[in-house]
Amino acid sequence: MTSHSTTKARPLSPHLQIYKPQISSAMSIFHRITGVVLSLGLPIFFIWLTSLVDGAESYSIFVSYCHTPLGQTVLFGLAWSFFYHFFCGLRHLLWDAGYFLSIKGLYTSGYIALGLSILLTATLALKIYGVAL
Amino acid sequence: MKYDDKSFRSALGRVRGLGSARNGTQHWWIQRLTSLVLIPLGIYFCTTFFQNVIEGGYKEAIVWIRSPYTSTLLILFLLTTLHHTASGIQVVVEDYVHCEKVKLLSIFFVKLICASFAILGTLAIVKILFGV
Repeated sequence: MTSHSTTKARPLSPHLQIYKPQISSAMSIFHRITGVVLSLGLPIFFIWLTSLVDGAESYSIFVSYCHTPLGQTVLFGLAWSFFYHFFCGLRHLLWDAGYFLSIKGLYTSGYIALGLSILLTATLALKIYGVAL
Repeated sequence: MKYDDKSFRSALGRVRGLGSARNGTQHWWIQRLTSLVLIPLGIYFCTTFFQNVIEGGYKEAIVWIRSPYTSTLLILFLLTTLHHTASGIQVVVEDYVHCEKVKLLSIFFVKLICASFAILGTLAIVKILFGV
């Protein structure tokens, strides 16, 4: 990459803008996006922890922020991101171990991971909002 | 380094110092190890966090963390998560930031922030454990 010929601005062959969106590429980029989202949400976990240290009063302030519509949106977004990243990561580990490395395995495991992440987020929402299961 | 006839590296590549930085595999492996550890810990905290924290109040949360089992696993969970986060964000930065200075500084600050959170989290749990 250090030679002169490769540092010239050369036209790129078309890539992202010409491909039909596929579950493989979409699941892959969402694995990365949810990873970044979870990293950005991590400070909330530490606010929770330090509010516990600060005592019951600051804890109740933290909880009241969690109960606002914005708080609920952020927390459920993080919950879905967690479940998605969890199952997608499991898929990556299974690939590393040599399983599901076929087109069919890729599609099936992809739909299962996506489905489970939505199912678990919905279950959590139903439990929190007190709907009997 | 003595010239090795059996080396797969080209003479030009060797002279320019190109090639493996010799730590890529380690980074990849640590990411896998931390994710493996996070599978059981993630399942454990999803269920117990819901039972003791979301459904409970302040007292339930404190009592939950004061159990030596919870606090041990919670500290392990925090440290593994932060290590996993730091190495994950590092890859994202390496992929999208092409200015060498910005890249190095970003990775440095990501690691510094993660290390600070590791200390903060551990101290907070220890403080709860020995009485707030």
